Amino acid sequence: MDLESLTDILFALVLFLYALSTIWYLAFVAFQKKFLAQIASGQLWAGFCCHFILIIVTYFRIGHIPAHNLQYSLSLTVWALVAVYLFFQFSLNIRILGAIVTPISTLVLTFAFCLPKPDFVISKQFESIWVNVHVITSFIGNGAFALAACVGVLYLIQEKAIKGKRLGFFYNRLPALERLDQMEYACIAIGFPMLTIGIMTGCIYAQLHWGHYWNWDPKEVWSAMTWLFYAAILHGRMAMGWRGRRLAYLAIIGIFLVMFTFLGVNFLLKGHHGDFTKF
Amino acid sequence: MQIILIGLNHKSAPIHIRETLAFSKEDTRQAMNELMQMPFFLEMCIFSTCNRVEILVVSDLSAETVRQQVMDKWIEYLSNHREIDITDLRPMFYIHQNLNAVRHLFRVASGLDSMIIGEPQILGQIKESYRLAVRRKSTGVLINRLLHRTFSVAKRVRSETGIGDHAVSISYAAIELGRKIFGSLHNKSVLLIGAGEMAELAVDHLIRHHAGTIYVVNRTFERGLQLAKRFKGTAIRFDELLDQIVHVDIVISSTGASACILTKTQMKKVMKRRKHRPIFFIDIAVPRDIDPDINQLENAYLYDIDDLQDVIDINVNERKKEALRAERIIDEAVVRFEEWLKNLDVVPTIKALRHKLDQITRFEIQKTCQSIQNENIEQLYPAFEKMGNAIVNKFLHDPIRFLKGEGFHKDRSACLDLTRKLFCLDILD
Repeated sequence: MDLESLTDILFALVLFLYALSTIWYLAFVAFQKKFLAQIASGQLWAGFCCHFILIIVTYFRIGHIPAHNLQYSLSLTVWALVAVYLFFQFSLNIRILGAIVTPISTLVLTFAFCLPKPDFVISKQFESIWVNVHVITSFIGNGAFALAACVGVLYLIQEKAIKGKRLGFFYNRLPALERLDQMEYACIAIGFPMLTIGIMTGCIYAQLHWGHYWNWDPKEVWSAMTWLFYAAILHGRMAMGWRGRRLAYLAIIGIFLVMFTFLGVNFLLKGHHGDFTKF
Repeated sequence: MQIILIGLNHKSAPIHIRETLAFSKEDTRQAMNELMQMPFFLEMCIFSTCNRVEILVVSDLSAETVRQQVMDKWIEYLSNHREIDITDLRPMFYIHQNLNAVRHLFRVASGLDSMIIGEPQILGQIKESYRLAVRRKSTGVLINRLLHRTFSVAKRVRSETGIGDHAVSISYAAIELGRKIFGSLHNKSVLLIGAGEMAELAVDHLIRHHAGTIYVVNRTFERGLQLAKRFKGTAIRFDELLDQIVHVDIVISSTGASACILTKTQMKKVMKRRKHRPIFFIDIAVPRDIDPDINQLENAYLYDIDDLQDVIDINVNERKKEALRAERIIDEAVVRFEEWLKNLDVVPTIKALRHKLDQITRFEIQKTCQSIQNENIEQLYPAFEKMGNAIVNKFLHDPIRFLKGEGFHKDRSACLDLTRKLFCLDILD
């Protein structure tokens, strides 16, 4: 079996496991039985590991980190989101979050799966440690911000229930407000240094490759804006106690900013990252 | 054997009657001593809680007469020992026989028959009553089995349905909300404004959930000091109220003030000073102490007594829904108990015993025939079978005579149960 068909099979397997995990997580939300969440999380772990193998195999097939077209970029985004979620599930154990993360992952990955197969060009210019670090940290940063936004949505639902005194379906199923708030903060606090390292390594690579640290490329400008936005959130939290509903709204606005920086810039403003989302 | 359950509860009798009839531990012991003298009281157990007084009896009277006889005896006993005219109260007693009694007991232990549906104390009280009866040796095979069944049914109902979920008292509803806001109440500081039974109860619950320091504010500082002492907390002067709210997480208010003691404008400033950390107000006072608009402030949550009552009403409805699922579990358990009960009779036991021995014999004959290397073995088969049957018949002769005989007047069920256990006739469950 050649590497190409192996990656195809792995891709399908990953998608299948994520979809299965989604079903179990939704069943857990409906019936609230612990074993359902355990099955779901087991399948998610399996899917995540296969996904990791898929990325490694693709890495060896094309010779650098697979992020140079839309299919690979989306796949890596999903992987980063699941990685950050599993990390938090391990430490904070907010299971219901899986019911948001897995459907999103499944949908995005299905979309990526349907995209035409990329022609692969082995490009020497990406064979640099700086690119690898740049890609991994940026994607994990984005994953963490995406998770923060998911938690933000849960916070708003729960807050509305408690404030509005209508303790409905989700009230019993969602964790306490303070726990959600802390988790949201933790996601941003992890995403921010990742984004920082991502931008810094990107600058170093730009210096090596183009001879300038900063080229005022649209991607660079929007990344800097995203960075400033999250820096402001963290500052507001520490200095003025921004939390609760405000933090939730900011995290949700933040993810739109991140998405625009990640995809919107490439589609609308071009720039030197444009190739990475070509399909 | 007949199982009879006679009792009254909060639905059938008013509180003053239940109070008069309630059994203390000493009363229960005395009643058991006296009633067990009756020849037709083979086994018995008395359950007495603030909401019910019930007696469970196993008797060998015929199905038609047993209700009347046990009831008469019970009424007679109560008339002799209680300063109340029991004969008038006769209609207040309900009486359940056999499977109805079993079902009733399952329902009571699961909290389905309680005043507050799904309340958990009843199971403990039944266990306690049973323990007392066991110590008095007034229980036998039937009640032992029935009560153990009851405990496992109640446990199953509790774990498989949400009957015990959702708070149904004001103070618990408040605690539950607090936990949904703060996650854990551990080390959360509490400020009690004013005093009052319900507010103090809420503080007690909070302390049980490991809340942090308790602060008490009262118009009269001395009263505040007394309360603070009770909760091992700190008393605060009334004019320090706003400064204190900056530092606490939960505020319980229950003063007799005719106007709000805390307004939205005041609280807005306080929120800034406390860096918008969440705060939970529980306003139990009528008229209300805390400006309802405070709930609109970010990270401030305010529930007044009506809001809490609404939460409770919803929760009670939830419990009622869960009760339907509980009934199904109970139905299933009653059917299984019925099966066991049916088998605990002479004929089924003898049948089961014979069946078991027949099977063993047939199996062993076959095994032996297969192992013998002889062409004519087929012809010998009927002879072997005949011998096997003869052995089984001889072997069973004495046990059957014993089981059918009248030699064990009081311990019939016990003998049958022992037989079934000795020969492993019941599929273990």
